[in-house]
Amino acid sequence: MERPTKVGAPGALARAAKPALTVLPFLILFLCASLLPDWMMKVPQAWTVPFIDWTNAVIDHLREDALFGLFSFRDFTRWIAELITWPLALVEGLLVSGFPDFGIPAMPWVMTAGLCGVLGWALRDWRLGTLAAGCVAYMAIFGKWELSMITLSVVLVAAPIAGSIGFLLGIMAVKKPWFEAVIVPLLNVLQSLPHFSYLIPIAVFIGVGHKAGTIATIIFAIPPMARLTILGLKGIAEEIREAGKMAGCTRFQMLWMVEIPAARQALLVGVNQVIMQCLAMVVIASFVGARGLGHDLLFRLQSLKIGQALESGVAIVLMAIVLDQLSRAAAEKQPSHLADNVSWLARFPFLSAAIAVCGVSLLLSAITPYASVWPDELTLSTAPLWDGLVDWITLYFFDPLQYFRDAMLLYVLIPVRGLFQQIPWTAMVALVAVAGWSLGGVRLALVVSGFVLFIAFAGFWERSLITAYMVAVAVMLCVLIGLPVGIWASKTDRRAKMAKLWCDTFQTFPSFIYLIPVIMLFKVGDVAAISAIIIYAMIPIIRYTVFGLRNVPQDIVEAGITSGCTERQLLWNIRLPLAFPEIMLGINQTIMFALFMVIIAAFIGTKDIGQEIFRALTFNDAGKGLVLGLCVAFMGLTADKLITAWSAERKSRLGLA
Amino acid sequence: MGDPKIACRNLWKLYGPDPVGFLKRHDGRPSIEAIRAQGYISAVRDVSFDVMPGEILVVMGLSGSGKSTLLRCLSRLVQPTAGEVMFEGRDMLTASDSELIELRRHKMGMVFQNFALLPHRTVLENVAFPLQVRGTARQERESRARDVIELVGLKGREGYYPRELSGGQQQRVGIARSLAVGPDLWFLDEPFSALDPLIRKEMQDEFLRLQKVLNKTIVFITHDFDEAIRVADRIAIMKDGAIEQLGTAEQLVTRPATPYVAKFTENIPRDRLLSVRSVMASTSPRKPAKDAIRADALLASIARQIVTTERPIDVVDDEGILVGTLDRGTYIDALYDQEPAR
Ligand SMILES: Nc1ncnc2c1ncn2[C@@H]1O[C@H](COP(=O)(O)OP(=O)(O)OP(=O)(O)O)[C@@H](O)[C@H]1O
Ligand SMILES: [Mg+2]
Repeated sequence: MERPTKVGAPGALARAAKPALTVLPFLILFLCASLLPDWMMKVPQAWTVPFIDWTNAVIDHLREDALFGLFSFRDFTRWIAELITWPLALVEGLLVSGFPDFGIPAMPWVMTAGLCGVLGWALRDWRLGTLAAGCVAYMAIFGKWELSMITLSVVLVAAPIAGSIGFLLGIMAVKKPWFEAVIVPLLNVLQSLPHFSYLIPIAVFIGVGHKAGTIATIIFAIPPMARLTILGLKGIAEEIREAGKMAGCTRFQMLWMVEIPAARQALLVGVNQVIMQCLAMVVIASFVGARGLGHDLLFRLQSLKIGQALESGVAIVLMAIVLDQLSRAAAEKQPSHLADNVSWLARFPFLSAAIAVCGVSLLLSAITPYASVWPDELTLSTAPLWDGLVDWITLYFFDPLQYFRDAMLLYVLIPVRGLFQQIPWTAMVALVAVAGWSLGGVRLALVVSGFVLFIAFAGFWERSLITAYMVAVAVMLCVLIGLPVGIWASKTDRRAKMAKLWCDTFQTFPSFIYLIPVIMLFKVGDVAAISAIIIYAMIPIIRYTVFGLRNVPQDIVEAGITSGCTERQLLWNIRLPLAFPEIMLGINQTIMFALFMVIIAAFIGTKDIGQEIFRALTFNDAGKGLVLGLCVAFMGLTADKLITAWSAERKSRLGLA
Repeated sequence: MGDPKIACRNLWKLYGPDPVGFLKRHDGRPSIEAIRAQGYISAVRDVSFDVMPGEILVVMGLSGSGKSTLLRCLSRLVQPTAGEVMFEGRDMLTASDSELIELRRHKMGMVFQNFALLPHRTVLENVAFPLQVRGTARQERESRARDVIELVGLKGREGYYPRELSGGQQQRVGIARSLAVGPDLWFLDEPFSALDPLIRKEMQDEFLRLQKVLNKTIVFITHDFDEAIRVADRIAIMKDGAIEQLGTAEQLVTRPATPYVAKFTENIPRDRLLSVRSVMASTSPRKPAKDAIRADALLASIARQIVTTERPIDVVDDEGILVGTLDRGTYIDALYDQEPAR
């Protein structure tokens, strides 16, 4: 009789063969590196395509000569920048600076705090109200009032503008298929472009300063809204649309009375995204001179005043939490009916409360000036506390930290970097092309190898490899830490909820914030950069692991339990394999996050592509900034395309799609 | 009898890469094998029928047999591949967008399988929605909406949002909405399938009560034969997009046109469906006996009499004139689907 294992053997071999074949060309090229001719090892100088010069030529043309009728492109951009100053001045006037020309003071801080409280209460409950009011009060009491209100004004001006533009783009894309075909790939690239790449063209066309920062913020926040609008409108049940048609809606009525309201929730999630992106960007836009908390933070970091930097960082974090919670609550809020014949007060409780808040705070400010502007002499500062902490850490942990840092460098980073630098560029292209081909056919192979070839011929292969190595190390460590944490957190409801809360919270922090603790611990350099990346990029892997493990179909798990699996067997034989496609999507996100962070980490002295972009920013070299940004975006998109293709195939094979 | 309210002739709806060209290549009537072989899906296949004013036509079939697609072709929510649809003698397929909008605003109503309520609107606003769309003033549309809401028994819930209602209540809102404009032609796509049996029964009663008052022309989809028997004037049975047979419930059961229909109707409780007339034997005219039964009585209602009477029982029509006789053997055969012994 034939043994069953023998029957299974060829299948197992065939299954192992495919991945093996995929990496085979890569391995051959990599192992035979010493035999390869030079041009296959390093991208020859002569092959560099002058993408940068071309881009700069276009930009120069736009800047100097392009005429639209009566004005040049540059006039046009300046004019837009001029336009933005009006709403900015209005909101800023309301919140902090007042309108001296008209003798109108700014809103008293009690009023701002009270109104935020009422808003939180209206959107969710009194707890959110307290949080919102408390955080606003914190800004006043801890001396961050002016800075935080300036930052808030930028967000309040930029978010609606970015949101509306993204919304319109999204609607166009849904209504016109050709427009969708154009804009979706563009959105993909724009959303993987590093923050700095947005800043350089802005600096070129508009100059530096607060309004340039605002405009960069607006542009940066458009793509997520457009994408979520498309997603939301496409997600409407066909039956609802048909109900609209049967009611006899015209196309316009359909859009405004049926589709947009039905997609309300997804659109509000988009608004939440826009607000958070605005906050993240306005912090980074301080590099082109946006004022506010980000500017303060940047300044303190540059002068290595860690305590004060942490103080600003905390203010930014609090602002992020409040903005996120408020906009999230707005998205989650469901309408519910009112009893009949209730009084005006019960019908409009929040409006009444808001009016009361305004009245009381105006009265208070008439009685005591403390209610309108928090006096300097009563301002508290947490900086000494933070400085104490930093000193304490330096005192007690200097040696272990130093040791850790050196060990990391010596035994992990330098060897891995060496390994990466030995990879022939042709091997990399081969790997990506073959992987693309085996996962998604010729089309995918062409797309991803196109991405890699662009990076190769743009002339920054070496730098890109350094970026790739840092991302690779960081992602590896993220998986090593994040996966067990995720598995642990998925065990009970309570832990899963906690994990989600932490992930949600940490994800709202502007990425720049994550540099503060690592500078505190490791000063500058690769170890610091990689630590920052790890902290930031850990979020998605944990989130997706928990999500994937908890969403394994319950009946399959029960089938496992009834066949007598132990907890461990359940995990290894059922939960993990079924959750694996989802976990891979988490790793995909981790790579994206890592790429974003690695560029920002240029601020603490890395030697990769980010550093080049950083330099381009200093020299206002928009062409270089854009091309390098594209290199980064294409790295991310290569990973993204391959992983999502793999995950989709795997999911459909497991019947989870 | 007059003109049909809605009629379709040789209606086709194919899904696939090039449905129109495919139909042309096969002279407009490809076989089901040809359709399958070329990877097309035949959602509606050469369907023709008339629906008379005030009639309820029920369309039945298994899941995927094309019922919804047929309905959507009639209302032109999907564009048929070929054929014609005539509404009150007007060709629906050549109607322009604005004509369609006019038709839907005034003449047609539709109830959806999954309710399709607008989540952001209250019950009142949902029901008033078709009126709002056609530009009725607020006062008027709200008072009209309140009337229909009362008609479907939802008075007092006007301010609720759909998610605050149970499934049965939501479907009542769907029904009210489709009735708000006072349509002549009413499409119902499995209106009660999503409801549990008790509520479904209740809603069917409600529906029949409403129809008594409103007397609309109705195309009603279901895959539940009991439901079909309760509401239908005529029933169409669909398979793979084509209508296998169209007739009264009795005809389908007693004279199935195809083996499929026979199989489909096999498990129907016949005693509640068949009338004495459909199974009786004819006889020569004479004076009927005293214990004669009515020709339109259902078999179930005479069971006791058949069991207790030895001889064939006389059958009379509405005027009391003898029209036939019924004996025990024929009765049993009819109930248990035997060819009557002749
Ligand atoms: N947009 C579409 N594209 C491709 N195929 C479709 C499309 N719509 C329907 N079909 C196919 O047409 C056939 C008929 O579908 P239809 O929805 O009309 O069935 P049904 O009888 O209403 O089924 P159910 O009882 O499940 O509602 C099915 O095989 C379906 O897969
Ligand atoms: Mg259907």
